[in-house]
Amino acid sequence: MSFRYEIRLSGEGGQGLVLAGKILAEAAAIYDDHNATQSQSYGPEARGGASKSDVIISDGEIDYPKAEHIDLLLALTQEALDKYVSDLQPGGTLVVDSDAVERLPEGKWRVVRHPFVRTAREQLGKAVVANIVALGLIVRLSRAVNEDSAEQAILARVPKGTEDLNRRAYRLGLDLGGEAAAAR
Amino acid sequence: MSDTAAAGTRTQVLSGNEACALGAMAAGLTFYGGYPITPSSEIAEDLSELLPKAGGAFIQMEDEIAAMGAIIGASLAGAKAMTATSGPGFSLKQENIGFACMAEVPCVVVNVQRGGPSTGLPTMPAQGDVQQARWGTHGDHAIIALAPYSVAETFDLTVRAFNLAETFRTPVILLLDEIIGHVNEKVRLPEKVEIVERKGPDAPPGKYLPYRHTEDGVPPMAVYGRDGYRFHVTGLAHDQTGFPTNNPKEIDLLNRRLVWKIERRRDEIVEVVRERCDDAEILVFAYGSVARAAHQAIREAREAGIAAGLLRPRTLWPFPDREVRELAERVRTIVVPEMNLGQMAHEVEWAARGACPVVPFGRVDGLPVSPAQILHRIREAARASGREARP
Repeated sequence: MSFRYEIRLSGEGGQGLVLAGKILAEAAAIYDDHNATQSQSYGPEARGGASKSDVIISDGEIDYPKAEHIDLLLALTQEALDKYVSDLQPGGTLVVDSDAVERLPEGKWRVVRHPFVRTAREQLGKAVVANIVALGLIVRLSRAVNEDSAEQAILARVPKGTEDLNRRAYRLGLDLGGEAAAAR
Repeated sequence: MSDTAAAGTRTQVLSGNEACALGAMAAGLTFYGGYPITPSSEIAEDLSELLPKAGGAFIQMEDEIAAMGAIIGASLAGAKAMTATSGPGFSLKQENIGFACMAEVPCVVVNVQRGGPSTGLPTMPAQGDVQQARWGTHGDHAIIALAPYSVAETFDLTVRAFNLAETFRTPVILLLDEIIGHVNEKVRLPEKVEIVERKGPDAPPGKYLPYRHTEDGVPPMAVYGRDGYRFHVTGLAHDQTGFPTNNPKEIDLLNRRLVWKIERRRDEIVEVVRERCDDAEILVFAYGSVARAAHQAIREAREAGIAAGLLRPRTLWPFPDREVRELAERVRTIVVPEMNLGQMAHEVEWAARGACPVVPFGRVDGLPVSPAQILHRIREAARASGREARP
């Protein structure tokens, strides 16, 4: 039986979740040589509104590109969490921004909380790389893609001149993921 | 714009819109006129970078009507021309699409479908423009419309759209939907593609007839104004010289030729993909992104012991009526899931001509049709025809 792993990155428009999803898909498809799709759903607003980016990684064909049985859900806002948590599988992993999310729904999930936006702002000086910090955590926690693959995919995709910042954000995320895995 | 600039054989992760831009470049696009609209804007964004680098011209016009006019003018002047839009823009372009049909101007019009009517749902998928592609412009005319179901196929069908436009001197509609336009997936683009050039003039200036009734129905096309070729182009009914006419015989010839030149070669134009149709009892007819959900649904139906198959047209117009009819005579039921309220189901029913029941399933809430929804209809159809799934 082939493997299939579904990740949904959710939050609000402008948080870079579509980019993070595309990086994951590229890490899986180009560097790890699996199949991957990334699709998205967002509102008509340029900023704000619930936004999601679905990544499906498989070693088989991927027909339907929308996540239906999510293995890992990232929610950077309460609105996104409330809207999307029902698609998270029992036994799946729920990763939330602990500053943005106050109410956690009941469920048989493994929950990881971290203030991604605050960490990005305070430790890296840029709140905008919160998506890459979260990506690092997800990669180490889920093992859905190779860690080096994801780093290569990040560096190939982020704007020129921001490679170092993004590398630091990613590696910080990996460390957070290691801590979360150890705390289990 | 990222690293999509160079098409090549390396593995890439691309969206349908990016693949459409690259397909257009591979097909020899030299002119793009457009007006940005979600969810099609990445096509214009990418071409604004790719096209000037390759010596072509990119222009953002003041609106969609002007953009359609611009590509018609560019094509008459010898360019391979394209525009891309979504529902509201597609509506605005209809008058000029009719002009392109009447004046026989090859061009490609991409419509990345979103929810309608009117401004509807800018960021959400739909398939509500499939009949508009056929009959959005007034008067009798034939049209070619293609609908890809993956990123790789978007590249291929974009190239094909140009080739068909040049072969038949006609506008070709490429119907994506928001899912296909925005989904990113792994592709390896072909290094080379087959390109068709339009048939040049068959007579010297002065003797050249721009609308000659040739044997194949497609008049040879001179570059407007180049090498002494001057001729008249109009949306009015015209004779072989291109000047308006009220002669009933000429008008009849023209109207019939405009339809006949495409219909007579429908076998070359119509492409369908059949998946597990040989022994199928329940057939799903699906196109565009819905065909992906259908593909998963027929696989799951087979696992549940139901003989399900998929007929997936890559060409929507001319409609694959014979292909539908042939299967309608062999299967028990045809299920037609669409992101509209039965626009193609109606055509399927007409093509099946009562040979089997046709069950439409429409979703119009801005969300994609899911594999589970299609599987549910397959199960219902199997039950209704006495073909219960194995326990």
